[in-house]
Amino acid sequence: MALDSKIPGGKMSEKWEDYKGHVALVAPNNKRRIDVIIVGSGLAGASAAASLGELGYNVKCFTFHDSPRRAHSIAAQGGINAAKNYRNDGDSVFRLFYDTIKGGDYRAREANVHRLAEVSTSIIDQCVAQGVPFAREYGGLLDNRSFGGTQVSRTFYARGQTGQQLLIGAYQALSRQVAAGTVKLYNRHEMLDTVIVDGKCRGIIARNLVTGAIERHSAHAVVLCTGGYGNVFYLSTNAMMCNTTAAWRAHRRGAFFGNPCYTQIHPTCIPVSGDYQSKLTLMSESLRNDGRCWVPKKPGHALTDPRQIAEEDRDYYLERRYPAFGNLVPRDIASRAAKVACDEGLGVGKSGLAVYLDFADAIKRKGLKAVEAAYGNLFDMYAKITGDNPYEVPMRIYPAVHYTMGGLWVDYELMTTVPGLYACGEANFSDHGANRLGASALMQGLADGYFVLPYTIGSYLSKEIRTGPISTDSPEFAQAEKDVRDRIAQLRGINGKQSVESFHRRLGKIMWDKCGMARNAKGLQEAITEIQNLRREFWSDVFVPGSDNEYNPELEKAWRVADFMELGELMCHDALHRNESCGGHFREEFQTEEGEAKRDDDNYMYVAAWEWKGEGQKQELHKENLEYEEVKVAQRSYK
Amino acid sequence: MRLTLKIWRQGGRFKGEFVTYELPDVNPDMSFLEMLDVLNEQLVNNREEPVAFEHDCREGICGTCSLVIDGRPHGPMQGTTTCQVHMRHYHDGETIVIEPFRAQAFPVIKDLVVDRSSFDRIIQSGGYVSVNTGQAQDANAIPIEKEQASQSFDAAACIGCGACVAACPNSSAMLFTSAKVSHLALLPQGHVERQKRVLAMVAQMDKEGFGQCSNVKACEAECPKEISVRNIARMNREYMSAVFASDKAMV
Repeated sequence: MALDSKIPGGKMSEKWEDYKGHVALVAPNNKRRIDVIIVGSGLAGASAAASLGELGYNVKCFTFHDSPRRAHSIAAQGGINAAKNYRNDGDSVFRLFYDTIKGGDYRAREANVHRLAEVSTSIIDQCVAQGVPFAREYGGLLDNRSFGGTQVSRTFYARGQTGQQLLIGAYQALSRQVAAGTVKLYNRHEMLDTVIVDGKCRGIIARNLVTGAIERHSAHAVVLCTGGYGNVFYLSTNAMMCNTTAAWRAHRRGAFFGNPCYTQIHPTCIPVSGDYQSKLTLMSESLRNDGRCWVPKKPGHALTDPRQIAEEDRDYYLERRYPAFGNLVPRDIASRAAKVACDEGLGVGKSGLAVYLDFADAIKRKGLKAVEAAYGNLFDMYAKITGDNPYEVPMRIYPAVHYTMGGLWVDYELMTTVPGLYACGEANFSDHGANRLGASALMQGLADGYFVLPYTIGSYLSKEIRTGPISTDSPEFAQAEKDVRDRIAQLRGINGKQSVESFHRRLGKIMWDKCGMARNAKGLQEAITEIQNLRREFWSDVFVPGSDNEYNPELEKAWRVADFMELGELMCHDALHRNESCGGHFREEFQTEEGEAKRDDDNYMYVAAWEWKGEGQKQELHKENLEYEEVKVAQRSYK
Repeated sequence: MRLTLKIWRQGGRFKGEFVTYELPDVNPDMSFLEMLDVLNEQLVNNREEPVAFEHDCREGICGTCSLVIDGRPHGPMQGTTTCQVHMRHYHDGETIVIEPFRAQAFPVIKDLVVDRSSFDRIIQSGGYVSVNTGQAQDANAIPIEKEQASQSFDAAACIGCGACVAACPNSSAMLFTSAKVSHLALLPQGHVERQKRVLAMVAQMDKEGFGQCSNVKACEAECPKEISVRNIARMNREYMSAVFASDKAMV
């Protein structure tokens, strides 16, 4: 099967306008007769469900949380980018587009990214109209700040809780449609499979997480807004329930998986403190506006009080290595620089796996009050978790898994390789290439849900107006339901000795050690074997307590971990096949003399889209070649 | 350190009772929920059923975690969710009592897990600005005074966890409801629907079986986001003005 990305013709800056002008529409009286399932209620899911409901489609929205407002978008701290140019600092749609392509190390699809930059401005308008309380200046107008990888201030923010406020805005829009009857909400329901009828996605199988009931739900189209898969590493900044199951099940039914190895390691997280640790906590990138990263110049000072280390004995390594961007280099670069410093034995703290993020200069320059106003809640969170006071002692930070640029492959219309099955937000692979810039995830989630999918889905649904209601009595639904029931029975039947958690932890360690911040062929090959062995052990020795007809988080987790193991193996294959370094994918064999990522544009300027070929079979690689018309491809430099 | 936990168990073979567990080796740097993870790992390894509790982001923002710890929603720390409580605040040999959020409008699903969908229905009754996607004007066309926007934000910071209800002797949801009413009433975008909104949301709150407010203010004391009871006063004003100054209440 050849990949067709369906990029419209014409000039880059006119593609989206032109597309919107010509895409097929569905008349209001027909929208009422069309059902759409949205899985997930984060920024992408809630905004898509609300917008499609407003248009008049019959929408069913599924979330495994107790409320749509819990989705992990809520934890995003720093902000959302938009090319408003309210600062008069030279920003424009083109510049946001360019920064995103460059930040993604020339591995993203130009047309999608340009569209993202175009709709970014409408997102801010929409959110303000909904009552999102963005930060303002004394004149009453919106404030901005800077984020990594850019030289303009285009980030809108709501204290350190931007994701929360944007999600509440989308949740309220969704709630309004629930009240209007256009959206039916299924809380505490987890999608466990997609149903394909005559080559089209026609519904899902979901488990009611309270009663355990297995339910069939049909629709004319299904949209997965199910987030990323960073928890394959066990420890990440993702919420505990974030998982790959929806995307992975769709993959097994024919949706190609794009660039699975592109993982974002966020440079500023609170370091690991012990074996019991369940997750890692992010400290917003916005802190790098004022915080300075450093390590002692000489080893042996890991536990020295940092305030006793003289200025000349400190290495402000980001400012030294990247004078043009300093502490605001993109995330992949900042993370690797921290790792390099720790690998050289200069790391600090008990584990030696941490660097300092120091605010002493900012406090001297701006005053304690100003620093508190900008970052107060983040400083409080740091103090609660670590017991240290960051106003007095520099923070200790270390990189951690944060976001996955990879995801289900989608075309320009956000449709996967399965007709009628869409993917939005972090669940798709489309906009961030090999590295995402800060404050761009919120932008992409809301762009997809508010301003892209509501147009592009019409192209498909306009052909469905005569289809009529989709029955859930077909053999395909029966088979999918049976597959789900069989798998649950299998998980429960093993009755082994080891907990689900222990397998997840072991998988995470393999992934972090061998498919994490730096990778090499030998390690990846070992990881593949180790994961295969771990899978075999899981399916013969896992213990899942409780029954399947009740609230049973252990059973949910067991299913998710089983899927993570399959995905982890694919990530390693993808990382192994890509014999270059780009963005968050750093292969140790491919680096410049200065230790920067060395791309191989001649051989790897493509999206790797993997096709499931059946249990135990090697997945087939498909390539979508990336062509750059608008941006001149160059060696990425932030020096 | 060594801890004794008395945990409410309900569902399955438990009719609704406290069960005592011993944890011999708790690390002071653990979070409270990581301590429960350790307990559950221990239970699973003994082939017993783990304790069901809800949690997700573990960063204090999603509002999923709950628990009444030694009689206090979200435990002993001021302005802190359960997931952000760390064991360094406890001492060797202590006994900790853990219960679910209890309220008629929050039925228990299992052990420490309750159903808080009544909060969703309160928002659905009117906790939004009616603006369709695409209808918005330029964001800077609506200047909002910084202090006003900041007050609105303070109310909007509510995470919908339900601690206010669990803390209240009347199981009132006034703090939650008033936070949303205030968030929107303080902004020009929310003005058009303010009267209709407050009437609908208060009616829904009553319908869900939440109790009345009698100014105990335990909600404010226990709120992990320190939402102020001034929002309740503001909601009462909004409600009064909607009742007396408009014909909306007649409909």
